[in-house]
Amino acid sequence: MKQKIVLHFPSMVTEQPFTYYLIKEYNLMVNILKANINPRKEGRMVVEVSGDSKNYQDGMEYLQSRGVKISPLEQEIVWLEDRCTQCGACVIICPVGALAMDRPEMKVTFTGEKCIVCEHCLKSCPARAMEVRY
Amino acid sequence: MIKKTYEEINAKIRAGKAVVVTAEEVISMAREKGIEETAAKVDVVTTGTFGPMCSSGAFFNLGHTKPRMRMSRVFLNGVEAYAGVAAVDVYLGATQLPETDPANTNYPGEFNYGGAHVLEDLLAGKEVLLEAESYGTDCYPRKKFEKMIRLDDIPYALLFNPRNAYQNYNVGVNLSERTIYTYMGILKPNMGNANYSTAGQLSPLLNDPFYRTIGMGTKIFLGGGVGYVSWFGTQHSPEVLRGENGVPLSPAGTLAVMGDLKQMSPQWLRGISLIGYGVSLMVGVGIPIPILDEEMLRYTAVSDEDIFANVVDYSEAAPQGTGEPLGRVSYAQLKSGEITLGDRVIPTASLSSYLKAREIAEILKEWIKSGRFLLTKPVFTLPTTNEGINYREIV
Ligand code: SF4
Ligand code: SF4
Repeated sequence: MKQKIVLHFPSMVTEQPFTYYLIKEYNLMVNILKANINPRKEGRMVVEVSGDSKNYQDGMEYLQSRGVKISPLEQEIVWLEDRCTQCGACVIICPVGALAMDRPEMKVTFTGEKCIVCEHCLKSCPARAMEVRY
Repeated sequence: MIKKTYEEINAKIRAGKAVVVTAEEVISMAREKGIEETAAKVDVVTTGTFGPMCSSGAFFNLGHTKPRMRMSRVFLNGVEAYAGVAAVDVYLGATQLPETDPANTNYPGEFNYGGAHVLEDLLAGKEVLLEAESYGTDCYPRKKFEKMIRLDDIPYALLFNPRNAYQNYNVGVNLSERTIYTYMGILKPNMGNANYSTAGQLSPLLNDPFYRTIGMGTKIFLGGGVGYVSWFGTQHSPEVLRGENGVPLSPAGTLAVMGDLKQMSPQWLRGISLIGYGVSLMVGVGIPIPILDEEMLRYTAVSDEDIFANVVDYSEAAPQGTGEPLGRVSYAQLKSGEITLGDRVIPTASLSSYLKAREIAEILKEWIKSGRFLLTKPVFTLPTTNEGINYREIV
């Protein structure tokens, strides 16, 4: 199984090598997508964990037993309107019409509720106006 | 017969009495009131375009160091600027990549940063790292220099774009079985989409198809500031096939433009990353067209229904420089969101922004109406048909 999750570390545990144990003791693959960890402060890390589901359960129980809070990842695509050049290149890339062109005004709009977070727009937007937030 | 001179139009602008409309607004006026009445009324029509224009860049004089240095290699944020000009004169090209960029080795490359982004960063007031190397001479002994600099620190910065504002362009499609990554954007297999990149009825050179009013010295909106047409652009090709209205049916005229970079804005000079292709610069250009007579009004009243572009296959015909266009479509069709080619309906997308083109035409209109922007009569107009200037290939 493969899961994207957010780990919250209380300040007293940030210096422990959790990822090392997940890999070594529970045979899980850990891909760090984003980390914000400072010694002796509260930390937050977005990871993609993959491996056998029994190992996954055990690994998560181990983290929780050490005070790490686990929450599901809520990924969100944001449209940085002031970076958008209104070119319209994305409207044929977005599979669900979340990015669409209002005609005849020729104005590009983004409807967050329609977005399925496929991420196709991230690298195809020439102005890099689309970003993923966790 | 209506005849107006540049001087007469400028006198009206100074008096705050000039009638200025955009190239979009003039269309309905001409339809309602006719060419003659509209030509009598309107003095200036403003145009605009905001799209990727690769052939762009800036000349900098970086200022002399102490001790002095004849800079032979210069980098700005890791992007090399051409230093074979003079001791501290360099040219930074918009499409230049940092030497560390993996380009297309990890296909399709992302091209996140390049010369165009350096220009945007400078305009945004950000610090960029200047690194210079030299072999040293008796008069220029220094061999190395490094400093964080801002645009304000640079004594001289001239935007100089050898080819901007293409008069018309192709519509790109892909006949092959795989997705291709081009300067026309991402083209899905089997004609999954058709991409275009022109502001159509708002585009400067489509409103003056034979360049009767545009030439060396024409004062324009450039990158949010004021610039000038300095010459005809590279690949300027007036001799292409034209429609009955004189509008070229394929890429034709181009402009070389310049202006003081320091009065421009990062909103209208934007670095962009074309996946699998490279870096380019979105440039905002707007040109005022004086209505000297009925003919100029007729030209500026052209609408998207009457401007056509060739549909070209970018999997084979364009890269190989072979083959015939697959068809011809109007900008009205392109802007509707889909075109029909044979029995296929193909969704369209643009790389240049119509909305921003309109905004440029509106800004220029306000500048002229408020009297702060006068028209200039070109020293000479751009080469037009039958003058022996044309696009050539090197084979
Ligand atoms: S591709 Fe990017 S810059 Fe262009 S309209 Fe879409 S979000 Fe805006
Ligand atoms: S992530 Fe996918 S669905 Fe969401 S806006 Fe981008 S392309 Fe559309």
